[in-house]
Amino acid sequence: MSYRQARYEVPLILELEDTVGEDGPESELPQPLLRDELRIPNLRESQVTRHYFRLSQMNFGVDTGFYPLGSCTMKHTPKILERVASSPKAKFLHPEQDWSTVQGALQILYELQGMLATLGGVHSVTLQPAAGAQGEFTGLLIARAHHEDNGEKRTQVVLPDSAHGTNPASAAMMGFDVIEIPSSEGRVDLSALEKAVGEKTAAFMITNPNTLGLFESDILEIARIVHDAGAVLYYDGANLNAIMGRTNPGRMRFDIVHFNLHKTFATPHGGGGPGAGPIGVVERLDEYLPVPVVAYDGERYYLEHDRPKSIGKVRSYLGNFAVLLKAYAYIKLQGGDGLKRVSDRAVLNSNYLSSKLEGVLDIPYNGLRKHEFVASASCLKERGVRAKDVCKRLIDFGFHPPTAYFPQLVDEALMIEPTESETKETLDRFAEVMREIVNEDPEITRSAPHNASVKRVDDVAAARKPVLSFKMMGR
Amino acid sequence: MDSEEEMLRSLDMKSIDELFEDIPEDVSVEEIGLPPGKSEMEVLNDIEAVLSRNKSISEMPAFLGGGVYNHYVPALVDEILSRSEFYTSYTPYQPEASQGMLQALFEYQSMICELTGMEAANTSMYDWSTAIGEAALMAARLTRKSEIIVPRAMHWDKHSVLANYCKGPGIRVRAFDYDKETGKIDIEHLSSLISDNTAGVYFESPNFFGIIEDEVDAVKDVSGDAMLIAGINPISLALLKPPGDHGADVVVGEGQMLGSYPSFGGPLLGIFACLQKHVRKMPGRVIGITDDADGKRAFCMTLQTREQHIRREKATSNICSNESLMAIASAVYISVLGRNGLRKVANECVARTKEAARRIGTLDDYLAPAFSAEYFNEFVVKSKVSYDAVHRHLLHSGIHGGLPLKSHFPELEESALFAFTEVHTTSDIDRLVWALEGVR
Repeated sequence: MSYRQARYEVPLILELEDTVGEDGPESELPQPLLRDELRIPNLRESQVTRHYFRLSQMNFGVDTGFYPLGSCTMKHTPKILERVASSPKAKFLHPEQDWSTVQGALQILYELQGMLATLGGVHSVTLQPAAGAQGEFTGLLIARAHHEDNGEKRTQVVLPDSAHGTNPASAAMMGFDVIEIPSSEGRVDLSALEKAVGEKTAAFMITNPNTLGLFESDILEIARIVHDAGAVLYYDGANLNAIMGRTNPGRMRFDIVHFNLHKTFATPHGGGGPGAGPIGVVERLDEYLPVPVVAYDGERYYLEHDRPKSIGKVRSYLGNFAVLLKAYAYIKLQGGDGLKRVSDRAVLNSNYLSSKLEGVLDIPYNGLRKHEFVASASCLKERGVRAKDVCKRLIDFGFHPPTAYFPQLVDEALMIEPTESETKETLDRFAEVMREIVNEDPEITRSAPHNASVKRVDDVAAARKPVLSFKMMGR
Repeated sequence: MDSEEEMLRSLDMKSIDELFEDIPEDVSVEEIGLPPGKSEMEVLNDIEAVLSRNKSISEMPAFLGGGVYNHYVPALVDEILSRSEFYTSYTPYQPEASQGMLQALFEYQSMICELTGMEAANTSMYDWSTAIGEAALMAARLTRKSEIIVPRAMHWDKHSVLANYCKGPGIRVRAFDYDKETGKIDIEHLSSLISDNTAGVYFESPNFFGIIEDEVDAVKDVSGDAMLIAGINPISLALLKPPGDHGADVVVGEGQMLGSYPSFGGPLLGIFACLQKHVRKMPGRVIGITDDADGKRAFCMTLQTREQHIRREKATSNICSNESLMAIASAVYISVLGRNGLRKVANECVARTKEAARRIGTLDDYLAPAFSAEYFNEFVVKSKVSYDAVHRHLLHSGIHGGLPLKSHFPELEESALFAFTEVHTTSDIDRLVWALEGVR
């Protein structure tokens, strides 16, 4: 065992008593508008500092250790990204500033649109969506507008059973019926696809490589089937880290593509966000992009609002600028050659680790992996050990657990994505630890973690009687 | 070279290319088509050169608001946000490894509940506009009705975003007017729009013109069975009666002013809070309290069966990545300011805004404030000359004026929305008044 997480008992801020006296003048506003009380304690800065510092020590980030969370691409964030984004010339820009005062910011957005279009093999890009799921939402709005423009009412979105959960959720949110098709040998079943698509199909959503880490080699045939049905082919960019410099969504005939900048382009994930989910489209869908589009007339950068067929807006302003700026810096840092090396190493690491784990866990579906692979812990079931137990046990060794129980095609799934950031030594150690866990006394595994800041957390109880705030605690 | 060759050898391969043999030739590319990479120093220098073309609001007095405000961010907020245990972590799917993030997010939820008078809050939506969209969807889900009523006096981006969120389920959006004299809700008009099919009524206070709505109880009354959704500026709630006191079901708002920089409009922080009875229909990620195996208090994500990664097409929302780090910024901001500090900031906003309104109001060419009702941190200024000319004159004088309103509110003619916070000094206001005076 090599890891021990900090373990403090930290009371909630709201549980603390005032340590600073009440002060401040009366409000100038009329009394009837004012609230009676505000239950926020007055504390000293030293208390608050220690409070959040200790909480940070009870948290595991990529900077803490290996974080092979499948489909999340938890790569190292070069520290220069944070420095760039902390520039006062970036932080202190109001989104409603006159165009003449934000030429630098607009230039960065304009250039980033172009870089992503090149990377994706698409015609044009919007940076507005705040996250991958919002990119999907935007893409489906565009698909819908396009079909309606052609006088068609298409009501269905088709996707494979291995799709990320956001795909069906975005489709449903846009009012589409979701048709899920079964996979065959871990890949899209072409005959099932052919049966599923038709004149009601608005879009087929897929990621390539798929969530099993397998490349859909029939992608052009898939594209033909989808396009013959008059539907749009949508690329979920969550797995783009696998293919840069080898292929791109445009080459694969995708019509709409989203990019997860917080995955492929190294912007930190912030414990859940912010992310950024720009989308790119082929030329015939350009006119539907959200407004405004950042444009350049050879002298100045400006915002183009006059686009009559635009879907409008999906969030306020131009997007998560600070995140976009970091991704811009990352792409500049890597360059075309570097990004290709990124994908090369990500795929090498994945295949290497997968081969190291053969014989330790079941690894269904033979053949090459791309950036990630899915192992199965089903062989441990007879000893009473589940994938979840393995996950918790990994924490004791200083590893963040992989994504578990997804995709549902694989029993007791452990979805492992090492990324290009890891050394061979880390991967060897991970495989070694996994072997140790598989062979240890099942009781130790089942009662893990032992070295984290808390023992196994009872999430079933949390859902049975939800307590979601300090206010609800008293009841 | 670390051990790529060794790794390849163990895979029985000679080159990396073999790892990509499953990519058919007819879709393969030779290269990405972007220029080669640069060193860290070069990238930093290049980007700083580009950014230097911006004139930031710390380099000129700027009076822009309309949803994003420039408040002072205490050093501690930056310090905590730079803890990479926080910022390099993913969504806390594994509670045992992520207690710090989970507790901090629970604290954020709790503080939002204290401010708004709600009982539950999620860990964030993308921004205020998408929080309104999600609230409309939630109201339609809960009431099984299909109309939502919103103020016409709302930022145009919000109108557009809401229309897009409502497209899926086919929710009809209707807009109530504002009183031309006071700038407040036109309750008669609102009341005339309410029907058996109204799922929710959304209002803002302070509203888009900065006006504090003082007849929210009447809004609640005319709304009947429809859900009452309030839009707020959290800083104002340090002073103002929370929407929970007026019978709101859901509270949404922008949280950027709580410790995040304007950042050219992103990342922002969508606040979303509601009553306990609605939590199973709410969107987004929520953190709950529970015990660990030793009976110690612990935190975890909960009610996940509402979420896309479990429920897929039956989820209450598609949201996955959100704005958690900004929620942490808010929690630290609220903690370090405390009740005293929050009230001080809110009081300063009111004081500066009133001072500016008083002084601009004395100028011959301007009507300020253009509406008569009480306001919080911004107000509408109406100009006798073209506001475009005023705007350009101010920029020329090294000042950024307010948000021009004419293209979206033509009836307000030559007007703009001016915002003031504690960052504006008396001399900033002096300069603004002098410059306004000098337009002709």
